[in-house]
Amino acid sequence: MRLKSPDELEQVRTQILAERKAREGEKRIILCTGTGCRGAGALEVLEAFEKVLGPKSVIEFKSTCCHGFCERGPITIIEPLGIFYQRVTPERVPQIIAETVKKGQVIEDLLYQDPETGQAIPAEKDIPFYKKQQRLVFGHNRYIDPTRIEDYLAVGGYKALIKALFHMSPDEIIEEVKRSGLRGRGGGGFPAGRKWESCRRAHGDIKYVICNCDEGDPGAYMDRSLMEGNPHSVLEGMIIGAYAIGAREGYVYVRNEYPLAVENVGIAIEQAQKMGLLGKNILGSGFDLTLVINKGGGAFVAGESSALMASIEGYVAEPRAKHIHMVESGLWERPTNLNNVETWANVPVIIEKGAAWYSSIGTQGSKGTKIFSLVGKINNTGLIEVPMGMTLREIVYDIGGGIPGGKRCKAVQTGGPSGGCIPESLFDLPVDFDELTKAGSMMGSGGMIVMDESTCMVDIAKYFTHFLKDESCGKCTSCRDGTLRMYEVLDAITKGKGKEGDIEFLQELGWVTSEASLCALGGSAPNPVLSTIRYFRDEYEAHIRAKRCPAGVCTALLTYTIDPEACIACGKCKKECPTEAITGEKKVPHEIDQAKCIKCGTCREVCPVDAVKVA
Amino acid sequence: MTSAQLEKILKKHDHQKASLLAILQDIQALENYLPRKILEEVSQQLQVPLAQIYYLATFYRAFSLTPRGRHLVTVCTGTACHVKGAASILNTMERELAVKPGETTSDKKYTLETVNCLGSCALAPLVVVDGHYHGRMLGTKVLSLLRGEKDASKKS
Repeated sequence: MRLKSPDELEQVRTQILAERKAREGEKRIILCTGTGCRGAGALEVLEAFEKVLGPKSVIEFKSTCCHGFCERGPITIIEPLGIFYQRVTPERVPQIIAETVKKGQVIEDLLYQDPETGQAIPAEKDIPFYKKQQRLVFGHNRYIDPTRIEDYLAVGGYKALIKALFHMSPDEIIEEVKRSGLRGRGGGGFPAGRKWESCRRAHGDIKYVICNCDEGDPGAYMDRSLMEGNPHSVLEGMIIGAYAIGAREGYVYVRNEYPLAVENVGIAIEQAQKMGLLGKNILGSGFDLTLVINKGGGAFVAGESSALMASIEGYVAEPRAKHIHMVESGLWERPTNLNNVETWANVPVIIEKGAAWYSSIGTQGSKGTKIFSLVGKINNTGLIEVPMGMTLREIVYDIGGGIPGGKRCKAVQTGGPSGGCIPESLFDLPVDFDELTKAGSMMGSGGMIVMDESTCMVDIAKYFTHFLKDESCGKCTSCRDGTLRMYEVLDAITKGKGKEGDIEFLQELGWVTSEASLCALGGSAPNPVLSTIRYFRDEYEAHIRAKRCPAGVCTALLTYTIDPEACIACGKCKKECPTEAITGEKKVPHEIDQAKCIKCGTCREVCPVDAVKVA
Repeated sequence: MTSAQLEKILKKHDHQKASLLAILQDIQALENYLPRKILEEVSQQLQVPLAQIYYLATFYRAFSLTPRGRHLVTVCTGTACHVKGAASILNTMERELAVKPGETTSDKKYTLETVNCLGSCALAPLVVVDGHYHGRMLGTKVLSLLRGEKDASKKS
């Protein structure tokens, strides 16, 4: 049904809410089937629920996308009790239905246990991972089946659109976004309101809005989870933005590796069109907007705005010089306003709650909240949303639950391949755009990769440089060859072939790569190298001078030996060794033939008594 | 791919040059790679130089110019997987399958690929075989996984 006025939309909402209120006290099952939980087997759990409940079940069952606590997936919540079950398997489903759904009993061993006190925590809101978060944008995911627009309407969806279209002028909207202090969440951190204003003022009848969901930073997946889990919030932001700017066409560019995001945003666009929230004469306002989905081809550089537009036009995703900004001349040389998924999803929140409220959250220069993906050597892997300005220490220890195995935290890498590593000594740094840049890293799209003492910082620099040399489009010599040469030097260092002067050479090369490259990929490419040299120079020196990898990662510099005192001669390593490098009989401590050893680490992995030593 | 199938794809995209990327994606989805013959036909039909099509096909990771194996083994080499040992997982895969990433085994059974993050970092290090996720991998688990796959494919 195509709605023709805001009143009609409110009537639909009232009806949905009334239906839900009538069933308020009834038990509801919510299962997260986001990508993280899917990987952990959520689809099998879903199948089990469907099978046990049967087609005639009256129990409300909702399958949502990402809730954030991926470490504990698949996650199931039983409402209205708010009981949070973690690592649910299909075998436990009949018990959940029989005991919790039907009788309201809590199944103790499916609950999250506080690692410090060992106490089981029944409710989601009491789990330390969630407690310190402020989930303005990401919080709705758990209430929403992304394929049902009704769920979005039930949490107040498209209210901001009504306010914008019928109670605000385009200039007022832009002013509101400017006053909110919203900065681009994709990495650049450019003030969104100013970008909108420039695009609105740009000459031209035809203008475009673009949503950048080409999330290429490895270790960052918040855009994916928003797009998969709450696509309407992104669309609502885009419609408001298009109205403010004066665009009537828009594109959603989604990364090739995100099929579920493509599917869910496709369904959302279709539903919005059917209801009159997209297309011609939106809610009777006279404003038209058409949105089209574009699928990326798997190129990191396509996340750069000018490269992304080239890709939409059907060319290879190569950036161009931005003497003229994209807001003046972007897609098909017309004024184009591109924002990232998370930026768009913040817009309805700002319009609905007001700039004054929004800007009360965060720091001086960075307002609102930011979603981070907290991954790597951390106990609570997942997506978190916190106010700007929270310290890294709070994020890593209070929300992230610290480092597994009681190891020492060494650094957090932020900003993806363009970012840098922040050492543990700086963990009291408030996380916002400006502070991270000052520390030699950057916000980027919000990836936070936690590293412990067993992570080699030279290896990390090599990893990112390898990534960047592969992903450099090759247009600028400084980037194409600069990243390649940096990689070669780093590779040599990790193989024990480093020499005096390499560090200084890397610094010089990094400077040239950064200064002489056109786009941000080259411009920020040396960051991982320079920041690790800045904070972990001693590790570089250990590799170069002592030919030693202190973290025990760089295989060429390692020697595997078996401690004869500790070895129980069980034969496990001998059996698993792929090159038959291990000798030894029963009751005789085993030995590794160094000439045959390929340092794969299998023996260390299988040894039941930790007798394999690496040095 | 038949001419009718290609025509259907081209029609879906209105024979638009700007939709070239999407057209190649559809062909890749159907054929599992981009056969030269089909690309030549696309070039003729859309009046786009073949070189430009190859420019796209070699630029984007999503495309393959050679037929791929019956099973796709993808090792995630995202940062979270890397710090948790993806390099060693990849080494073991390369050794066991005797191919490098991007290559297909001589019996056309497996294609080995890497991906720069699948957003399932809680499962790091992660290996995906034909869409099935195998999380928290270890070198020894790689071995049993491949042996299991080989056994399963023998049966089927």
